[in-house]
Amino acid sequence: MYVAVKGGDAAISAAHGWLAQRRRGDESLPELSPAQIEEQLGLAVDRVIAEGSCHDRALAALAIKQARGDLIEAAFLLRAYRNTLSRFAACEPIDTGAMRVQRRISATYKDLPGGQVLGPTFDYTHRLLDFALAAEGLPPAEPEEADAAEATMPRVTELLAREGLMSRDAPGTDEAPPDLTREPLPFPTPRPLRLQSLARGDEGFLLGLGYSTQRGYGNAHPFVAELRMGEVEVMLAPAELGFAVSIGDIAVTECQMVNQFAGSAASPPQFTRGYGLAMGHGERRAMAMALVDRALMAQEMGEEATAPAQDAEFVLLHADNVEATGFVEHLKLPHHVDFQSELEKLRSIRARWQADRDAAPIQEAAE
Amino acid sequence: MNAITPRNAPGNTPEHAYNFAYLDEATKRMIRRAILKAIAIPGHQIPFGAREMPLPYGWGTGGIQVTAAILGPRDVLKVIDQGADDTTNAVSIRRFFARVANVETTTRTAEATIIQTRHRIPERPLTEGQVMVFQVPMPEPLFRLEPRLAETRRLHALGDYSLAQVRLYEDIARQGESGSAYNHPVMVGGRYLMSPSPIPGFDNPKLHNSPALMLFGAGREKKIYAVPPYTEVRSLDFEDHPFKPMRAPQCCSACGSATSYLDEIVADDQGGRIFVCSDTDHCAETQGQ
Amino acid sequence: MSAPLLEAARLQLRFGAVRALDGVDIEIFPGEVVAIVGESGSGKSTLLRVLAGAMNAEAGTVLYRDAEGEAHDVHALTEAGRRKLMRSDWGFVHQNARDGLRMGISAGGNVGERLMAAGDRNYAHIRAEAAEWMARVEMDPARIDEPPKNFSGGMQQRLQIARCLVTSPRLVFMDEPTGGLDVSVQARLLDLIRGLVSQLGLAVFFVTHDIAAARLLAHRIVVMRHGRIVEEGLADRVLDDPRHAYTQLLVSSVLAA
Repeated sequence: MYVAVKGGDAAISAAHGWLAQRRRGDESLPELSPAQIEEQLGLAVDRVIAEGSCHDRALAALAIKQARGDLIEAAFLLRAYRNTLSRFAACEPIDTGAMRVQRRISATYKDLPGGQVLGPTFDYTHRLLDFALAAEGLPPAEPEEADAAEATMPRVTELLAREGLMSRDAPGTDEAPPDLTREPLPFPTPRPLRLQSLARGDEGFLLGLGYSTQRGYGNAHPFVAELRMGEVEVMLAPAELGFAVSIGDIAVTECQMVNQFAGSAASPPQFTRGYGLAMGHGERRAMAMALVDRALMAQEMGEEATAPAQDAEFVLLHADNVEATGFVEHLKLPHHVDFQSELEKLRSIRARWQADRDAAPIQEAAE
Repeated sequence: MNAITPRNAPGNTPEHAYNFAYLDEATKRMIRRAILKAIAIPGHQIPFGAREMPLPYGWGTGGIQVTAAILGPRDVLKVIDQGADDTTNAVSIRRFFARVANVETTTRTAEATIIQTRHRIPERPLTEGQVMVFQVPMPEPLFRLEPRLAETRRLHALGDYSLAQVRLYEDIARQGESGSAYNHPVMVGGRYLMSPSPIPGFDNPKLHNSPALMLFGAGREKKIYAVPPYTEVRSLDFEDHPFKPMRAPQCCSACGSATSYLDEIVADDQGGRIFVCSDTDHCAETQGQ
Repeated sequence: MSAPLLEAARLQLRFGAVRALDGVDIEIFPGEVVAIVGESGSGKSTLLRVLAGAMNAEAGTVLYRDAEGEAHDVHALTEAGRRKLMRSDWGFVHQNARDGLRMGISAGGNVGERLMAAGDRNYAHIRAEAAEWMARVEMDPARIDEPPKNFSGGMQQRLQIARCLVTSPRLVFMDEPTGGLDVSVQARLLDLIRGLVSQLGLAVFFVTHDIAAARLLAHRIVVMRHGRIVEEGLADRVLDDPRHAYTQLLVSSVLAA
C-alpha cells in the first residue's frame, strides 16, 4: 500500500538529527557560545527578550543559538519556557524617571535639563561596511564618556504637562494590572493590555504600522519628545516583608511621542502622548510602539478612525509574531482530508455546470 | 535577571522538570472551568487564557491544552491527524504526551478514552465515556462574513445567523449547492452556530446525538467550546437543499470499504489515482475481518 | 378610529448647543402616510431615527402597538427586541442604498435575507418570493442573481424597498428615499411607492425636503424647524392653506421652482 506522509516517527527523528548538524555548521570552525551571542549580538538578544516577553539575556542567547539565528523561533522558545515558570508576584512599576541613562535624546528641544546624551547608537554612522571587523583584531578604543550619566533627568513630557499643554495619563491604581498572558484580550481593549500587546508585538509589524501613520494612514503629526535608554531598578514588595526590595537592574528603552489633539467639547486642544517601552535596547521598537499606541487612541479621543493602525482588533490580533508564524506555517501540515472534500465538491459543481450547459437548447451554428 | 535557575538545566531532564501533562495544575483548573462552561452552553465559545505551548500556534495548541487539562494517568490516548495515527503531526503530539504525561497511547479507536484529532472524526462509532478533542484553527463560524470579533459576539448573542444563511443561499444560487466542503457550520442545540473545525462535511453527521463528549480547543484564538453527549447538531442547510455529506465514490483499495472517507493518492505521473481510507485504524480493522 | 400604531411624546435631544428635538409629539395610525418635511438641519432625519429606535432621545417616550394591540416602549426594548421588530413589523428605507443593502450579495439574497432572518428555510420559496417582489417593484426578476452594483440608483432603491416589504411590515420608515435621483426617476419611484403603500395598507413615516413628494404620497404632513413641529395637518390643507410663516416659505419655494 502506498503511504504518503506516514511512518512519521522515523522521519521526525531523522529530521531533528539533520537539524542539529546544520545548526553546528562546519565543525572546523569554533562553536559559538551563548555568552558570545549575548555579548556580541546584543541587539538580537534584546529583540528576543522583548518579543519573548522574558528578560533573561542568557536564555535568549541560548534560544538564538538553538534557533540557528531565527529570532522569531528564538522568541517562541523563550515564551514557551516562560510559560512554565511560577508567578510569585508582580514587581512595582519601574521608575524610568530614575533611569541610569546611557542614551537620551529629545527632538522637541535643542537643549534641556540633563542634556542630550547620544550614547551607543547607529545614528550618524555612515553605513559603510567596515572590513576591519572581518579580521579579528584589537579591541575598539575606549570611548570618552562610557559611564552612564549620574544625574536624574526630568521627562520632557512632564515639562509640557506642567504648563497644561500635555494631557496627563490617569493616575495608576493599586489594582493589579490585567495580564495579557493569563486572560484573552477583550474588545474594546483597555490601554494597559494594548501596551502589553504592543510591547511584545513583532518589531517589523509595529514598524510598518507606525510608518503608515506618518504617511497619511492615521493622520499623525508626531514628535519625539524623548527617547531614553538605560538601566532601571526592579523593585519587588514580597507580602511577608511589607516593603519593596531591589531584585536587580534591567535595561529598557522608553519613547514618549508627542502628538496634536484638536480638542473636544470636554477637553481643550492640547498635546497627547503615545508611549513605547521595550525591554533591552530597542529604539525602533519603542518608537514604532509609541506611534501605534497613539493611533489606537483615536476612538477614545473621538477622532475619525479609518486607518489600519487605528483599528485595535486588526492591530492587536495580528501583532504577535509567535501566533502569526504558527498559523502561517501550519499551512505546511497535511490538509489532504479537507483538500479531498474540496476536490469532490469541485467535481460535483463542475458536473452540475456541465449538465446545465448540455441541457440548454443547442444553437445551430450559422452556416 | 538570572535569579531563576532554568529547571531543564543539564542533569534535569524535561520529563522531571514539568508537571504531569506539562501544564501546571492552576492552569489546568482554569481550562477545566472553561470546559465546564462550554459544556453547560453547547456550541458557545468560551474565552480562556490560552498559554504559550512548546508547539507552534496553529499546530494544535488548543487541542493540546484541552487534552492536558482533562488527561489522567489512567487515560488511554489516541492522536490522529487527517484520520491517520502515523501522520507527522499526530506522531509529534502523541510523543509529547507520552513524554510529559507517560500515559498509555493507542491507535485503536475502540480502546481510547481520549482522542485528539485534527480534521477527522473516526469512522468507528464513538461510545459513552469517550472524549473527542478537536484542534480548531478558527473557532468563529462567521469570520469570513464578519471579521470583527466584537460584532460576531453580538450576532451570537442575538442569535442572528441570517448572514450565514444568506451565504448558503448565494452558493446554491450560483453553483447549485453549498460551497463549503469542510468546516461547514452547524447549529448546536438549536441555539448557537458553531464551526465543527475543518472536518469534511462527511463527518458532520457524526456530531449529531453522539454518545461521546466533543471538546473543541482553539489556542491562538483562545476559545474553548463543546458539544455534550446526545446533543442536537444540525448542519446549516435549506429544507429543499438538505446538507449532503460527500465522499469520493470509490472503494478503499486496501480494505475495500465503500462507506469510509477516502484519501485520493496520485499513484503515477500518468494521472493514475488510488483511493484509501483516511482512517488508518478503521482500515486495519476492516482488513482484519 | 383605532389606536395609533406608534406614538411619541415630548421627545428631547441636543447635539451640543443645538436642539435637534425640542418637545416633539407625533403619532401615526395604521395605513397612514405621514410626511415629515423641513430644511436640512431641521431635525427631521433625527426624529425618524429616534422614532425607529436607532437613536435614543434624552427625554420623552416612543410607544409601538404590535398586531396584538400590546404597547412596547421602543427605547426600553433590548437590542434583540428592537432587531426583532426591525425584521418583522418594521422596515427602514435609507436615502443611500448602500446603507440598506448588502452590496456583495445578489439581489435575490438581499430580498431573501429578511425572510431567512424571520426563519424561512425553504430555498425555493425564498427565491420565488424574492422574484415576485422584484417584479412588484418593477425590476426584472431574471436579474435576481446580479449584485446591487449592476443596478442603477433608482433600481437599487426599488431593491431596498422590496427587501423591506417582503416580510409584510406594518410600519415603514423612509429617509429621503428619492434623494439624489434624477427627477424623472424620482417621479416613477414615488408613483411605485404610492401604489405599494395603498395596496398593502402600510403606515409610512416619510422624511423629505421635497414638498412635491410630500403632496404626492402623504395623508398628513408634519413641518419641522429647529427641532420643533411648527405645523401639522392634512396634506392638502397644509400645502394649500399653510398657516405658519415657515410653511408658507417652504410651500412657495416649491411653487417658485
